[in-house]
Amino acid sequence: MSLELEGISKNFYQEDTQTELRVLSDINCTVEDGEFISVIGPSGCGKTTLLRIISGLEQPSTGRMLLKENEIKNPYGQVGLIFQEYALFPWRTVIDNVAFSLEIKNIPKKQRRERARYYLKKFGLDGFEHKYPKELSGGMKQRVAIARTLINDPNLLLMDEPFGALDSQTRNAMQEFLLNIWQETKKTVLFVSHNIDETVFLSKRVLGLSQRPGTIKLELSIDLPYPRVRTSQEFNLYRKQILDYLAQERDTSGST
Amino acid sequence: MVKNAIMNINTLKVLVLAAVVLIWQILAYLSVIPHHKIPSPWEALVSIKNLTFVGLPSGYHLLTHILESLFRVFSGFILAVIFAVPLGIFMGWSKLLRELLSPLVEIVRPIPPLAWIPIAIFWFGIGIKSAAFIIFLGSFFPILLSTVSGVLSVDTILIDASRTLGARQKDIYTKILIPGATPSIYTGLRIGMGIAWMTLIAAEFTGVKSGYGLGYMIMVARDIQRPDYIVAGMIIIGIIGYALDGLLRTLERSMLRWR
Repeated sequence: MSLELEGISKNFYQEDTQTELRVLSDINCTVEDGEFISVIGPSGCGKTTLLRIISGLEQPSTGRMLLKENEIKNPYGQVGLIFQEYALFPWRTVIDNVAFSLEIKNIPKKQRRERARYYLKKFGLDGFEHKYPKELSGGMKQRVAIARTLINDPNLLLMDEPFGALDSQTRNAMQEFLLNIWQETKKTVLFVSHNIDETVFLSKRVLGLSQRPGTIKLELSIDLPYPRVRTSQEFNLYRKQILDYLAQERDTSGST
Repeated sequence: MVKNAIMNINTLKVLVLAAVVLIWQILAYLSVIPHHKIPSPWEALVSIKNLTFVGLPSGYHLLTHILESLFRVFSGFILAVIFAVPLGIFMGWSKLLRELLSPLVEIVRPIPPLAWIPIAIFWFGIGIKSAAFIIFLGSFFPILLSTVSGVLSVDTILIDASRTLGARQKDIYTKILIPGATPSIYTGLRIGMGIAWMTLIAAEFTGVKSGYGLGYMIMVARDIQRPDYIVAGMIIIGIIGYALDGLLRTLERSMLRWR
């Protein structure tokens, strides 16, 4: 198994009210090698916090995390994280953004740029090597971000609403792009999204987080072959299940 | 076509300058401006020629005055950059350091660099050391503050991204904070240079050991009651100040193509 979370919870101390805000509560889950899992839930349920904990940017208040069966507290460099806002380094060219993690490891320039070029070519970014992020479209930026992360060969790939800032056509294209990459690299992916269609299209399993404090209340296996047909009956049935779950979560708390 | 040329902003800028010079020349010619107090543009030009080839005092040529002033200003300025930028990076990153050093910075900063002249001369005597010290003080604070501000303005998400890619603390300093803070640092450099140049000229009024320096040159012109040389000197000072800023602006533009 690739990732295991045991009893993870997270509290934040609020300065202004001097109280503890419990964002995540008793998260337990197992992700198998090569699985594509989506996490969905109402706003504020702690989805981003969960990803930050798994990537090592936050420490959990309780619980532990096992990565490839080793308890891990600081997974920097082993867990990739893709952000909705791309987080490309604006002062670096595309190729230097992609090669960043190799540069940190002191891999010589020629070698690391060659490896970066491989990804750029694969992702259809040929010819954009020496452009700056400001010159790219949203879809291209996200592709650069994904290349930048994959080049480091992480065990686990986390994605925090990576396509949220894109228009719906680009979004659909990026979903297909991601699916191809996933099937080719066989990475384990944990994908956070607001978009139900997206989660049904992409994932083997969908985990539903509850209202804050977030805990896993839904676990849905999607037994459809890839690539899924967005307009099929079965696709719609799964969509309905998730929609019902979200509506239920909304009603139990009385908020939108 | 002519209309296009006139509407071009650069042409307009030149025209405005030319108009000012023209008005000045006319006023001088009509003696509206007292002749013995302010030279006409033409006289100023002649003075510049004299300063270049004859020198003031005689034998002390304009070019050497310029070089000497530039040497002083760069000595102090470069020292300021060397100290202010690294300190600014650390202060920007560490809240604790920032809070500990803030009171000290905020007390020393408002003291005008020129107010340091007496003590500087006391410590270093008249000469390059005290001049560099004054310039250092003048440019240090703007550069420090803008570096701190630059570091604080770096989006945390970039630091997060770099961490997940394996960056350690030193990588964060060198590959994220410094590049991220550069736009702000450049602003600080330009402000610092402006203050440095102004401070230098004033500092040179109080005396220079070598006998060279633009500020000193103007004082000599005053001593011998030659306002034409004074104004000529001021024009040179203004032009060089503008050129220094232009230099930094060009550097800034080439370094910040990514914005």
